[in-house]
Amino acid sequence: MSVLGPQQVLELAQVGRTFGEGATAVAALRGVDLTICAGEFVAVMGPSGSGKSSLLAVAGGLDRPTSGAVFVESTPLAGLGLNELARLRRRAVGYVFQDFNLVPTLTAGENVALPLELDGTSARKAHRQAADALRQVGIPELADRFMDQMSGGQQQRVAIARAIVGQRRLILADEPTGALDSTTGHGVMEVLRARADAGAAVMLVTHEARHAAWADRVVFLRDGRIIDQAAAMHDPTMLLTQAGL
Amino acid sequence: MSIRHSLLALLQDQPRYGYQLRVEFENRTGATWPLNIGQVYTTLDRLERDSLVAKEGDDGEGHVVYSITAAGKAEVQSWFAAPVERNNPPRNELAIKLALAVTLPGVDVQAIIQAQRVASIRALQDYTKARRDTAANQRATDTAWLLVLDSLIFQTEAEVRWLDLCEARMVQQAQAAAAGSARKTSNGVTEDAPLNADSRR
Repeated sequence: MSVLGPQQVLELAQVGRTFGEGATAVAALRGVDLTICAGEFVAVMGPSGSGKSSLLAVAGGLDRPTSGAVFVESTPLAGLGLNELARLRRRAVGYVFQDFNLVPTLTAGENVALPLELDGTSARKAHRQAADALRQVGIPELADRFMDQMSGGQQQRVAIARAIVGQRRLILADEPTGALDSTTGHGVMEVLRARADAGAAVMLVTHEARHAAWADRVVFLRDGRIIDQAAAMHDPTMLLTQAGL
Repeated sequence: MSIRHSLLALLQDQPRYGYQLRVEFENRTGATWPLNIGQVYTTLDRLERDSLVAKEGDDGEGHVVYSITAAGKAEVQSWFAAPVERNNPPRNELAIKLALAVTLPGVDVQAIIQAQRVASIRALQDYTKARRDTAANQRATDTAWLLVLDSLIFQTEAEVRWLDLCEARMVQQAQAAAAGSARKTSNGVTEDAPLNADSRR
């Protein structure tokens, strides 16, 4: 990549992840090379057990690879202690999980502000940014609701707001539309696409071709290996990137 | 696709000449099915022969303007009222290709599936981007184009899901064949279990 090339936010170099040892060892990832640049939306597809979720966990520092290296904004994750890793995750990386992982005793606004407050941002500033994130996902009026007062689709939007709040440069989403109807799923894709268009690097794990199609690039995983990629051909910036320009 | 009925439906809207019909058809369907101007004129000739349209005369600039007749209106009405025939599925090259691939020795079916998957996902990406761009600056005529894009997106998605199913079937079959071969091995008979062993009849 030349100096004029887009900024790399995530880089996986020959990443392997093996669970267990000896005869019972299972290789979830084998020699995965993957780079995602600022403003790029990458979808990862593959059958169950192909390593999709392992890839996402390793990419976001939730899990450590057994071989190879992961860089987030040029910082090698292997070199970070647990506290530094936690700080990087709070500041730079946003996660969206299939089962939301929201705190039921907090309001929507408090859930979204939580990672910022944990990171030392003042309550007032954190809540202002949380309100902004809730506006971006289309539910600014629900900031004071508790989780049991919201539908599944609304909770998922809160989870996405929490993933994009502040200045997250890397957004990782694992089947974020799993429990949602197709219209709400479409809304989730719109938010992820908008974040990428605003300059974030987005990685989406999904088995739904319809959702993967929102990405600039689709990566196919099988048996822990990347076997293929598909890029939309009508996006001139991607064509330039592919040409190494 | 019924060009005949499409042109009739457009003429029911208002009288038009050949080139206008072509432009109007492509505007409303997003140029997904490009129409040859020759096709438009031969279809108009046949519609006139069948008394479904009539020549209105010249528009002053040398264009022959056609209008719909009462019989033509009735024809459009029955076209809209009748469902599109489903009992004659259109020939699906991909289904035929895979059906032949799984029944022939030495064909890498998984490679065929994956190559198609990449092509289909790429098409899906393009349709999705076109849909996004169209929805972003929505004009009145875009509603029709969005419907056509949605249809293409659903069809392509269905194709990818079907490919996933085909692949899962192949894997299942290979596993079953491998298990069968392991049983034979334990009986002292060794035999390879090719991926498409079961489907080779």
